[in-house]
Amino acid sequence: MTNKDPRTDIPKGAKPSEQIMTDPSKASERMRAGSMTLTLVPWVVAAVLLAILPQLFTNNSALTIMNQMSITIVFALAYNMLLGQGGMLSFGHAVYAGVGGFACMHIMNMSDFFASIPLVILPVFGGLFGMGLAMIVGSFSTRSAGTVFAMISLGVGELIAACSVIIVAFFGGEEGVSGDRTYAQPFFGVEFLQQEEVYYLTAAWVIISAALMYLWSRTPVGRMANAVRDNPERAEFLGYSSRWVRYYSFVASGFFAGVAGGLFAINYEILTEENLNTASSGVILLVTFLGGVGFFFGPIIGAIAFTLLQTVLSLSTELWAFYAGSLFLATVMFFPGGLAGLIMMHVPAFKLGKAGKLVMPYIKTLLPGAIGILGLAALVEMTFHYRHAATGDDEMTIFWTTFDSHSLMPWIIAGALTLIGLGIARATAPALKDAWSEANSAGGAS
Amino acid sequence: MSTPALELNGLKKSFGKAEIIRGIDLSIGKAERHAIIGPNGAGKSTLFNLITARFAPTAGTVKLHGENLAGLEPFQINRKGLSRSFQITNIFPAMTVFENVRCALLWSQGYKYSFWHLVNKKRDLTEGADAILDKINLLERRNLPAGTLSYAEQRALEIGITIAGGADVIMLDEPTAGMSNTETDYITDLILKVTEGKTLIMVEHDMSVVFGLADRISVLVYGEILATGKPAEVRADAKVQEAYLGAALEAEH
Repeated sequence: MTNKDPRTDIPKGAKPSEQIMTDPSKASERMRAGSMTLTLVPWVVAAVLLAILPQLFTNNSALTIMNQMSITIVFALAYNMLLGQGGMLSFGHAVYAGVGGFACMHIMNMSDFFASIPLVILPVFGGLFGMGLAMIVGSFSTRSAGTVFAMISLGVGELIAACSVIIVAFFGGEEGVSGDRTYAQPFFGVEFLQQEEVYYLTAAWVIISAALMYLWSRTPVGRMANAVRDNPERAEFLGYSSRWVRYYSFVASGFFAGVAGGLFAINYEILTEENLNTASSGVILLVTFLGGVGFFFGPIIGAIAFTLLQTVLSLSTELWAFYAGSLFLATVMFFPGGLAGLIMMHVPAFKLGKAGKLVMPYIKTLLPGAIGILGLAALVEMTFHYRHAATGDDEMTIFWTTFDSHSLMPWIIAGALTLIGLGIARATAPALKDAWSEANSAGGAS
Repeated sequence: MSTPALELNGLKKSFGKAEIIRGIDLSIGKAERHAIIGPNGAGKSTLFNLITARFAPTAGTVKLHGENLAGLEPFQINRKGLSRSFQITNIFPAMTVFENVRCALLWSQGYKYSFWHLVNKKRDLTEGADAILDKINLLERRNLPAGTLSYAEQRALEIGITIAGGADVIMLDEPTAGMSNTETDYITDLILKVTEGKTLIMVEHDMSVVFGLADRISVLVYGEILATGKPAEVRADAKVQEAYLGAALEAEH
């Protein structure tokens, strides 16, 4: 993408409209021309960030988490090509990533061929296999969107996951397929023995894939995917077959899901049935929705947040999935735009220069709210410990505090924190609401 | 005369036992403005849906410029130069006004299912869409989500989308339904302007619009055409007077 965009001189081109081209439309021209430069900024920031992150977090487990995030980002963005941009709810999208990944594992195990290609291009093969499968499945699943599509995706997902124990030659049965990435042709002397080298490979693929998927959404077929999502019938009467538009989105999404699978293969050097099954498909739906389907960058935020939950939270509690599930529920019920929607909600207030007015009300409501939620989490953890710890093991530690889960005092404290925290949050909520409408109204006190 | 723009022969449609369209023969010439009127439930919208392949006819044929449309999908018919609007506003409400029109231009400008063009970089699309917006007086609204427009503006946008692809046969289903008098006048002028030199087929309830716009009128009653002719002839027709127009014209005054 470049800056030298011819659009700044559009008013000249649109001759007939010259007379009525008043200020508002000129302002909009400026805004659009500006947004072109603005669109480049996030990409540069992301690339720089990806480049310097390993310098900030140097240990291997941090690199593993970041790799995991990157893979999830590519997969979630691919998934959102269907869900957010095409309006297709898939319950079985893990199979395209999985099949792409398995294909890459087999290529790793073809020693002669693998030795002749650099590892960096391996995800392309993953993409091609994911795309191939999507071309076959899409030929019948994209006939309609909605429930029919969702059911077919679920059926195909189950079917292919079941194949993993039937077609052992490809899926490797219960042990899966493993390989060694270092047998590839060295890439400028790099053999990818180090975790950090794998990180940079993955990071490069994240940027490339994300950029390509973003550009896709700007092409005629990408724009029509939105149109078909919103109103398939109208799209038909504009000369487009809804079905073919959906098909192309589906195939493209299959490609990038396969790329994510290929990156998984490179990182973990093993693929199993787990990469294909419905649980994995469910996770990517959760990640995408958590991040927000309405914005291109939503799934990226979702992938980062979810991976952090999954890795960091799972270190401190066995119940991390419970909290992830609660967060997902809260997202669906209270902020269906996801995390991206929450962020973008604040743009008008920033544009009006009134975002500062929200800081204090936010602190007054969200801080007690957070304390209340932590108190609630403490109660959940204590109940879990009370029910499941071995007999005699009464001691537990949460929030750096060790106490006896069978005595009364901790329960009273946690219960009180919950009630008081949530109580204050509830009492201050109306003030926050007022501050919100004040910050979002153009007029009023300046 | 040359081939008619649209020709219907023995067109029938039944839903179960109910016969909604009971054999329609109609020929509409090039650049003709043709209105279809009739009481509620006469089958006007069904007729529209049969012509545009939203429904498959039970019997009979539809010919566009002499070509039989049997078995074609709506998008294929659209590509042959027939475009329609809907009785209930049918736009892309979440997209901007500009984007609505640009989507309507994509196919006719030859972009098809391209994923190697970036729409923002295509001057033909931007200028074309702006020219249409100018025509329908929505240029100042171009960056608003279409769903936030007023009802009359949404109807105007729908007409814009309908004509954007450059189709030469335009079908409008009750373009002025639910509008105030000023809005109706505005839309009528708009229709006259944008369908210049094109074939227009419209369903309309407002008799002042019909008699102001149409070159010829067909009266549809119970799935059959009672009369077709110039506005004055139709107005004078005794059968029409009896079946429909008498009551409709009376209601006007």
